[in-house]
Amino acid sequence: MKLKNTVLAVSAIALVAGPALSADMADEMTIVSWGGAYSNSQNKAYHEPYAANTGVTVVNDESSAEAVAKLRAMNEAGNITWDVVDVVAADAIRLCDEGLALEIDPDTQLAPAPDGTSASEDFGDLLVSDCFIPQIVYSTTFGYRTDLVGDTPPTSVCAVFDTEAYPGKRSLEKRALNNMEWALLCDGVAKDEIYDVLATPEGQEQALAKLGTIKDDVVWWSAGADTPQLLADGEIVMGSTYNGRLFSVIEEQKQPVAMLWDAQVFDLDGWIIPAGLSPEREARALDYIMFATDTQRLADQAKYISYGPARASSAPLVGQHAELGIDMAPHMPTDPNNAQNTFLNNYEFWADYRDDIEAKFQSWLAN
Amino acid sequence: MSDATDTGPVLAADGTPLKKSLSRALRLQKTRALMLIAPLLFFVLLTFVIPIGDMLLRSVKNQVVSETIPLTVVELASWDSTTGELPSEAVYNALARDLQIAIENKTHTRLGSRLNYEKSGMSSLFRRSGRQVKRWDLDDGEPFKERFLDVHDGWGDVDNWKVIQTYSPPYTSGYFLNAVDREIGNDGVEVRPENEQIYVKLFKRTLFMSIVITVSCIMLGYPVAWLLANLPARRANILMILVLLPFWTSLLVRTSAWKVMLQQQGVINDVLVWLGLVADENRLIMINNQFGTIVAMTHILLPFMILPMYSVMQTIPETYLRAAKSMGATNWTAFWRVYFPQSVPGIGAGSILVFILSIGYYITPEIVGGTTGTFISNRIAFHISSSLNWGLAAALGTILLAVVMILYWAYDKIVGIDNVKLGG
Repeated sequence: MKLKNTVLAVSAIALVAGPALSADMADEMTIVSWGGAYSNSQNKAYHEPYAANTGVTVVNDESSAEAVAKLRAMNEAGNITWDVVDVVAADAIRLCDEGLALEIDPDTQLAPAPDGTSASEDFGDLLVSDCFIPQIVYSTTFGYRTDLVGDTPPTSVCAVFDTEAYPGKRSLEKRALNNMEWALLCDGVAKDEIYDVLATPEGQEQALAKLGTIKDDVVWWSAGADTPQLLADGEIVMGSTYNGRLFSVIEEQKQPVAMLWDAQVFDLDGWIIPAGLSPEREARALDYIMFATDTQRLADQAKYISYGPARASSAPLVGQHAELGIDMAPHMPTDPNNAQNTFLNNYEFWADYRDDIEAKFQSWLAN
Repeated sequence: MSDATDTGPVLAADGTPLKKSLSRALRLQKTRALMLIAPLLFFVLLTFVIPIGDMLLRSVKNQVVSETIPLTVVELASWDSTTGELPSEAVYNALARDLQIAIENKTHTRLGSRLNYEKSGMSSLFRRSGRQVKRWDLDDGEPFKERFLDVHDGWGDVDNWKVIQTYSPPYTSGYFLNAVDREIGNDGVEVRPENEQIYVKLFKRTLFMSIVITVSCIMLGYPVAWLLANLPARRANILMILVLLPFWTSLLVRTSAWKVMLQQQGVINDVLVWLGLVADENRLIMINNQFGTIVAMTHILLPFMILPMYSVMQTIPETYLRAAKSMGATNWTAFWRVYFPQSVPGIGAGSILVFILSIGYYITPEIVGGTTGTFISNRIAFHISSSLNWGLAAALGTILLAVVMILYWAYDKIVGIDNVKLGG
């Protein structure tokens, strides 16, 4: 009986592992991501099932924040040690521009939706670069201390600029992106003209002048964990950060904090495969990507973190949080109630104007 | 002696001139010594000198333009940008040929990102053009100028062509100019508009704050080092552990601890409010500014000041002070005229260590510096890992290195580098 079980188990493993562990695919891969709760969600939703299916050893590397610089250095040194890299869409576009990422054909190299819809249609507009495989939609938005805003909690992003109604410090990211858009929006520029205005030197001055009205009340953050910490300490009354970070402050740590979804800026995070891998490693990376970005896997990740899956077909499958047991749908940035007034990161604009506007912004900050 | 001058050179036992024989023996010794340090020399060369030299060279390298669009660069050389007219058809023709090759190698977008550092919009100009130029048939004879203008208005902008022409040589001073808030304008080098100036200010701030930090370290470290050197051994050992304990603690932990201490809802403010010294609504702002950086960095770098001071002070015999006093010196005179001059080499060594460490400090200013307490190194890190403008980062790094060298040279001239002791 015991022997029979063992034989069964071995043959089962052989059946599952056999085809995947064939000679033309590497049996170890290094996956680069952001670390923390985010990597944890990927571990549970993607890496563990993939490793169980194929027997591949997954090595985690938490270097996504410097991924572009490191990939460029690896490329120059001719020794690429990463197989799959998690980056934000703007970085994916830069990597693709520099020829450092592999171009992907979504319809042959990514899994179609369960109903047969092609991957390119399922991801839709989110395929913002030829090298980028979207994974989640996240947003940069504001959270505020419910005990510090009195009886009139803020409903508009312009509360950030209203230090009379909401005295106290606020935290903003130490870079131009998003802040410039919010400043113009609250300075009376129509939403659909913001990028036209921001492309002109006068518009950039206008945005900085608006930010100047609260400059003394701002704590500038550079790590996503800063704002949640500042909110928990009561250092600030409101601050911007990624929505998943606020979710964990509110739902997991039960701090008196609430979300201000108004004018949240959608952004994408996803995978790229570095260019120049050996054929075995490239085949393994593509096989992983095919598995990890299918409809069910993307929906699974939302059980662990409040970021919206990038496939249209995954949305109906989003269920409850794996540990807290609460419905995740209302916490998704893409939920209709939360997405009444949104921006989408304008990649093309920022690819062109980042160097210029960032120089002005940093000069403004230092003065 | 007089014999030797009379009969020519002094000879060694084997008959060769003594001078020659001596230098041969010396050469042999030197070679042997060189062989002994060869592994270290090779290691330093391979892992330190070459990579850093390569990085510094990036501050002037600009081959990407002439390598990506070589034909265009040649054709464009004869174009006179001052006329305000677009380049000739020949330039557009060359560009079409260059771009098709570049697109195949996927280098056209890399060129776009390079030129985008100089002028906004170049990035998308090359990216968008790439998609269409890829499909062009180069031999169908249509004028390329119009085809390019159809693809993107940017090709009809004289300023864009000026940027390509200005940055086509294989080496450029552009990064260095940018690093000192200057740029190549229409009439040669000019100062950048005021709203883009930042680096000169940051260099000055870095130097100023490093000096403040070094001086605070001397002030705080000197008495501690004196105590360490003069207390009975057992108590000195305990004190030594107190000095070394923070030294062994992670840098990030110490910096974060200062955040907890200094922030507005932090420990120090809470205590001051509780004591009634500060009103609750007027809590002191002690972090995310220069003050926060100076406090945290002084604390972190203090051991680097105390240890060299201590090792020098340990060698000053106690009897000197007693002798001075027995001859009628007051406590102050005995300290100032006898003890202090002997401890100066320790101060010198500590100051050089602390100053050079702080001038390149990055992580602590980033965490507690806010906007007014950040250093030039924070900008260098930004350009290395975020904006990817490595040329500019290299130029900033080269300038920083040069500044440190000059200060070291000045120190050598004023105090003398022989007058620095790490102990003994």
